[in-house]
Amino acid sequence: MTSLTGKLPLVAIGRGLLGLLLAMLFAAPWIFDPAELQILTELLCLLVLAVMWNLLAGYADIVTIGQHGFVGIGCYAFYGFVVLAGVDPYLAIPLAGLTSLAFAIPSMVVVFRLRAAYLAVGTWVLAEVMMLGAGKINAFGAGLGVSLPVSVVRAFGGNIVERFTTIYWMSLALALVAMGATYALMRSSTGIGLTAMRDDEEAAGTVGVNLFRARVACFLWAAPFLGLAGALITLQKLRVAPAASFSIIDWTVYIIFIVIIGGVGSFEGPIIGTLVFFLIREYLQGWGVWHFIVLGAVSIAMVLIEPRGIWGLLRRIVPGDLIPVSHKPPRR
Amino acid sequence: MTSTPSHAPLLSVERLSVFYDQFRAVDAIDLTVGAGEIVSIIGANGAGKSSLLKAIIGQADRIEGTIRYDGEDLAGRTTPQIVAKGIALVPEGRRLFASLSVEENLHLGWEVGRRNGLSLDEVFDFFPVLRERRRQKARELSGGQQQMVALGRALLADPKLLLCDEISLGLAPLIVDQLYKLIPAIKQRGIGILIVEQDITRSLAVADRFYCLLEGKVTLAGRPGETSRDVVMQHYFGL
Amino acid sequence: MAGALANQIIQGILLGGLYALFAVGLSLSVGIMRFVNIAHGDLIVLVSFVLLSLTSKLGLPLVLATAIVLPITFGGGYLLQRLLLQRVLGQSVLAIVLVTFGLSVIVQNALQGTYGADTRLIPGGDIVTATIHLGGGINIGVLPLTIFMSAVALVFALDRLLYRTRLGARIRAVSDNVASANLVGLKSAHIYAVAMGIVGVTMGISAAFMAVSTNFDPTSGPSRLLVAFEAVVLGGLGSLWGTLAGGIIVGVAQSIGAQFDAGWQLLAGHLVFLAVFLLRPQGLFPK
Repeated sequence: MTSLTGKLPLVAIGRGLLGLLLAMLFAAPWIFDPAELQILTELLCLLVLAVMWNLLAGYADIVTIGQHGFVGIGCYAFYGFVVLAGVDPYLAIPLAGLTSLAFAIPSMVVVFRLRAAYLAVGTWVLAEVMMLGAGKINAFGAGLGVSLPVSVVRAFGGNIVERFTTIYWMSLALALVAMGATYALMRSSTGIGLTAMRDDEEAAGTVGVNLFRARVACFLWAAPFLGLAGALITLQKLRVAPAASFSIIDWTVYIIFIVIIGGVGSFEGPIIGTLVFFLIREYLQGWGVWHFIVLGAVSIAMVLIEPRGIWGLLRRIVPGDLIPVSHKPPRR
Repeated sequence: MTSTPSHAPLLSVERLSVFYDQFRAVDAIDLTVGAGEIVSIIGANGAGKSSLLKAIIGQADRIEGTIRYDGEDLAGRTTPQIVAKGIALVPEGRRLFASLSVEENLHLGWEVGRRNGLSLDEVFDFFPVLRERRRQKARELSGGQQQMVALGRALLADPKLLLCDEISLGLAPLIVDQLYKLIPAIKQRGIGILIVEQDITRSLAVADRFYCLLEGKVTLAGRPGETSRDVVMQHYFGL
Repeated sequence: MAGALANQIIQGILLGGLYALFAVGLSLSVGIMRFVNIAHGDLIVLVSFVLLSLTSKLGLPLVLATAIVLPITFGGGYLLQRLLLQRVLGQSVLAIVLVTFGLSVIVQNALQGTYGADTRLIPGGDIVTATIHLGGGINIGVLPLTIFMSAVALVFALDRLLYRTRLGARIRAVSDNVASANLVGLKSAHIYAVAMGIVGVTMGISAAFMAVSTNFDPTSGPSRLLVAFEAVVLGGLGSLWGTLAGGIIVGVAQSIGAQFDAGWQLLAGHLVFLAVFLLRPQGLFPK
């Protein structure tokens, strides 16, 4: 076999696997029990967060460690709209997304004045402010937080199975929309401009690519998705509280590990990363703090050895992208 | 072909190729420089001149061939080691430390070198204008003054071999005249000088011997007095 | 009333001294090596725990324990830079953030696994409670005052080190332009590592003072990082005296905020940081 025909099967196999995964996700409510559905829901929400962090860090050169702020805003906004404003629960979800977007706009004033690692810590400061601020509002239970009333929860289904299933469908929809829409963004002129910038910033500038606008677009693009994920997460956790809703561990630390291990700067990376993360969590759960140490060490090793993550390693033998965006992460 | 008598040349480059990734910037060249000898390398942009100097000072990505200095093969040596052995580079574009003072820049040159030879005062004798500006930051100096600092920094390392990379670039002719007046004085101290220049007239006027480089290869080598200008121009442009 | 406010401001200024101690090391690594070490706070907490072990398990007096630890922090900083950070220094932002972020997570969890999650404090003896009463409602704790003066002394010493010594000239040269430094024959990797060793020593000093004046636990690192970051940015990147000023601003903001409500302390600090930053993004004394 020549190398040319030898290439085709691997990409096709990869796409086949993705297709199988998708089919399984659609069939999930019939295959899995409610407890397993809950885990899937959680993983889908993590995938959404991972896709967004990847968009910012891998394509727009905005490395954040504060995205948990916008997730928390989504959590609190959902509670606020449903409980305090009496809005229909289904409507409150997109409103939560919009609220995160509303908070992202003034955040840009701070974020875009900082560069590189300063930007990263700056986003962390903002997330802290959001968390501390939320903890001051009595209507939301101040520092201790507050639970979702049962009536709200019931709106998503009369019994547990129904509710978990409904929430699952919503999270699957969100994940598909997040991936699909972000993919479309990357194939649009904005995305191409960003890819051009990664490859050669100077040249991209001279050709007239408006890098600033592209980066702003990505930042504002990600925020509502983070908020939507926050709303769904609240439906799962059934309460909002500063530390839990704005959890840096859950919505930033884990996400960063997912994307780095899976592969930053590609669409396959977050998918692989989420799967690997799930496996690591299942098997290392009993190790206590060690699972963090392992995650941290593996991440550092990835950065040093193969910055494009597991997908980068696979890509050394698989000749094409499964989800082609034609993007090259930064050279080592 | 060397101007020094029987003993081996100070610098001997044998079948040297310099690579950046896959690109071959210098292609299997031979070259020698003797102690107290001024050798010019002339050639157009991209001919490989700077790559050659970088390879000698130990900053090339990858090389093939041999660089022999003072009888020793420099393979595998780091730049700090090479400088400590007595080779100093006046880099293209001056490359001073902008926020450091003139004096601090110069003293760094002394620290990395053989810690002998010229003193700071003697360098200021060479370049009186620097003495007045010794505490000013390097970024506040004019181009010509910066070039003086770069040259002084290299001299303070007490080199036996001085590599000069395009020291006339971007400077007014009068300033370049001043700099080039020093070259014979440096030669007098027994220092071998390898000058890379685009300005043919200038460098041939001061050189004992020259090599002409074109696309990484030596196309012509000889003495300025023995070669006509037309022949040089032909080989410079590869006509 | 005025006396109470003045007292709060003075407490804030003294608190700023402690924050400046945290921040000075970060300021050096930001100014010299041009990167933000996200594990900065966690490394300080790590040293505090080491000091805790030395003082409680071995019964050593804190001053002696610190004296023993400082050379180790120098070596630790040197090796950290030489073995790990040097490899990502020239690379993308992402690489540096991720490596130091991963390091932060590892250190926090390793500490938690070793020492447990309880908050700790090293007993400092009489100096902790000693107070100077100046009248008019103004009281100055001897420990905070000592910390503040140490911060000033440290900034002064580092300033002299950087600008009046040969080592400092070499560090500034490599920081200016590492490619030029290489061409000229400086050993840049070694010089960066020495600079990081100095950062390690400042971490050791701040760890000692922190351990005796505030409660700490394995997760205390990030809050120290954020405060240090704010001090450095407010002061102006690359300016050590600016970092001291930045620390004081954050300290005063927190001190006044704490007057309304204990919960407002941190928030007040962050809000003042954001406000000052928006008004003057380049900081007070930018280089």
